[in-house]
Amino acid sequence: MKRLMIAVAALAMLTGSCVSEEPVVRLVAHDFFAVSDEAIAAFEEETGIDVRIVQGGDAGTVVNQAILTQGNPVGDILFGVDNTLLSRALDAEIFERYESFLIPEIPDQFELSPFVTPIDYGDVCINYDKSAFDADLPAPSTLEDLADPRYRGMLVVEDPTISSPGLAFMLATIVRFGETGDYTWLDYWADLRENDVAIAADWGTAYYGRFSGAGDGDRPIVVSYATSPAAEVFGAEPPIPELSTAAMRDGCYRQIEFAGILVNADHPQNARTFIDFMLSLEFQEDVPGQMFVYPVRPDAELPAWFGERPADTPAGLDPTVIEENRERWLGEWSDVVLR
Amino acid sequence: MTRRAAITLAAVPVLFLLAFFVWPVLSILATGLTEEGGAFARVLTDSGLLGVVWFTLWQAVVSTVLTVLLAMPATWVLARFDFPGRSLARAIATVPFVLPTVVVGTAFLALVGPSGLLGVDLHGTVWVILAAHVFFNIAVVVRIVGGVWGHLDPQLEDAARSLGASPWKTFTRVTLPLLRPALAAASSIVFLFTLTSFGTVLILGGPRIATVEVEIYRRTAQLLDLPAAAVLALLQMVGVVAALIAYSRYQERHTVEQTLRPARETARRPQGRERTLVAAILGGTGLLVLGPPGVLVWRSLTASGGLGIQAYQALGSDTLVDVGSAVGNSLGYALGATVIALGVGLPAAVLIAARRGRLSRWFDTLLMLPLGTSAVTVGFGFLIALDAPVDLRASVVIIPIAHALVATPFVVRASVPVLRAVRERLREAAAMLGASPARTFRTVDLPIVSRVATVGAAFAFAVSLGEFGATIFLARPGGPTIPIAIYRFLGRPGVLNFGQAMALSVILMVITATAIMAVERARLPGPGAF
Repeated sequence: MKRLMIAVAALAMLTGSCVSEEPVVRLVAHDFFAVSDEAIAAFEEETGIDVRIVQGGDAGTVVNQAILTQGNPVGDILFGVDNTLLSRALDAEIFERYESFLIPEIPDQFELSPFVTPIDYGDVCINYDKSAFDADLPAPSTLEDLADPRYRGMLVVEDPTISSPGLAFMLATIVRFGETGDYTWLDYWADLRENDVAIAADWGTAYYGRFSGAGDGDRPIVVSYATSPAAEVFGAEPPIPELSTAAMRDGCYRQIEFAGILVNADHPQNARTFIDFMLSLEFQEDVPGQMFVYPVRPDAELPAWFGERPADTPAGLDPTVIEENRERWLGEWSDVVLR
Repeated sequence: MTRRAAITLAAVPVLFLLAFFVWPVLSILATGLTEEGGAFARVLTDSGLLGVVWFTLWQAVVSTVLTVLLAMPATWVLARFDFPGRSLARAIATVPFVLPTVVVGTAFLALVGPSGLLGVDLHGTVWVILAAHVFFNIAVVVRIVGGVWGHLDPQLEDAARSLGASPWKTFTRVTLPLLRPALAAASSIVFLFTLTSFGTVLILGGPRIATVEVEIYRRTAQLLDLPAAAVLALLQMVGVVAALIAYSRYQERHTVEQTLRPARETARRPQGRERTLVAAILGGTGLLVLGPPGVLVWRSLTASGGLGIQAYQALGSDTLVDVGSAVGNSLGYALGATVIALGVGLPAAVLIAARRGRLSRWFDTLLMLPLGTSAVTVGFGFLIALDAPVDLRASVVIIPIAHALVATPFVVRASVPVLRAVRERLREAAAMLGASPARTFRTVDLPIVSRVATVGAAFAFAVSLGEFGATIFLARPGGPTIPIAIYRFLGRPGVLNFGQAMALSVILMVITATAIMAVERARLPGPGAF
């Protein structure tokens, strides 16, 4: 009798975790997360799980909010933690370990932790307005060019203390010039300052307010994404036949975005199902058109207008190194560039 | 007013603020301050941060003074003259107030930025911040001061004039003293708004200029330095409370009882030379108010190169943001926020107007405080505090509640000066004629309350439609509002997205102006006494 009761209890626990979970999954994301209605509808139809998306603020905001609500999360999954914020999130132990059965489909370079699942990536790169350059003054091709007096007053970057592409570009300069030696990253920034670099608060202000390639701004060189030139003309009516801007390959920094299941989530089983869905081809092929970034699965097809994946992988920094040094670097950057 | 009536009136506002403001804000401040004991010393010895505090304070004072000075002529014209298109002009004056800072930021850059149309580059200077603050807040003065000015008894001015006073002297000796409470009310709101200015400073000020609000954002949302953020938020609150207490004292000392007249009796057609003056004032203010929106309209029509309405067509077919649902969300939240703000603000205003003394002052200050508190602090506070007894953190009701926190001060500020000005004698007369307190309230106070309610409702609705700063930090289910949708478009590259951001901004302006005019039309006809 006792044994039967234990068996029943065990069975109840086993099925309970699967059956009694409400058919809902709640995804917390930053404001630039997007997915097509069709993809969500397909998931809901297939699994019977209702998807609720909760959005608010930029990546830093949602990650910090998740840290503050550790153990009592607002949703089941957090999407949008990137490699510059990952270490902070892992230290705060906000994620449950989960490795999707689709992980083998993803190149190793994206797998930074068993607690999070990589979903997409994008390269923060220097963009330039093609019309501003010609045979006499060719478009810049290296980070050093940007400090060359010939390109004086042409560059606008985002404030790394506020903007995530701004931070990525700063990290790219640290990777490239290092903290020690004859010419450090801070020397480089001193030269950029000498060369009249403009600092905009965020990506939108830099790109739409100052960049001449996307409006009537005054600066032909901007920190943006590798995918921006293709996106710039996408859907334009009347169509724009040729790309008017281009991305420079030198000095790019790769941002990888992850999703993770939050500790103490109400619907952990559904969350795992949804993470698997985010790695399915259906979702992965939805990513470029919705978020203008590359899907992590190499077998996901890109739309024709989107262009090819970058052939090379820019050198990066370990997330723990970023977390340990972020405040100091930002302080040093502010001292050199702003004071 | 009896003690019991006072307690009844205070109950809803006090409970609302305790639950949705005091508790969340205390929670987040406590989280920050218990994490590190030395945060005060760290912030107060950082000369950079002290510079930020000082800048925040003086730019708010200067912005407020400039806004009042520049708004007064238009306020006068819109309040005292009757001319075709007056209600349209009044609605248009309110439009800047609801435009999201992200959008206005780029419009200002187009006018006075590095390659600005006006030929001067003010980007990164304090001038462009002051200009933007004036632009945003003109509506506050026009509406709150105009709300009283339009009802001043013209006989007072006529009497002064017939006794030989010059127009200027009549203004300074008769009109201005009567307007002082409303001016103080409007100034207090503009001060709080500019003190906590975020997007404007961020976008237009460049990286070398920061307000306390920007610094709190940087510490909270980027660096996760909650201790320093908490200290800064406390400093900001101390400044706000000091300003509000000073305001309340001033308000009590300078309130003059008077007989208010219906607007249709006070407004007249401009005559002779007045016409030129009226036209000049409207034209001058119009240039300031319509400049940046003009840029938005132009850009929405030319985003793809040639002139056309492609951006608007794209809004209809786009998959990125469902525009119909964004408009629906915005209108729904605005309605909810208006109802809450009136429910909280009107009883509070009646109480503040009727009772004087320290308690009333603190009550008034508490009501205003959300307007002067960092939006990041409130947003993060909601997240850690509103999980029990019912988890509201990711519920749709959180958005109208947050909007109502910002909108309630407007309801209170628009109402108190008018309510205070009602002659106590009217109430006494009613009582002497045998009316019960309830009947006195119904026949004397209620018509006035419903009149100020429409002004408050228009404001609350507009505040909610344009709210961005607090909304952005909330965990939001069920799709974006219009300002958030604009922000999402502006966060993506491409002529298509940019065009849609501009087109949606224009739609927001049109919806706002329409809503304000509709609310004003719906105004209940007041009885002859008022």
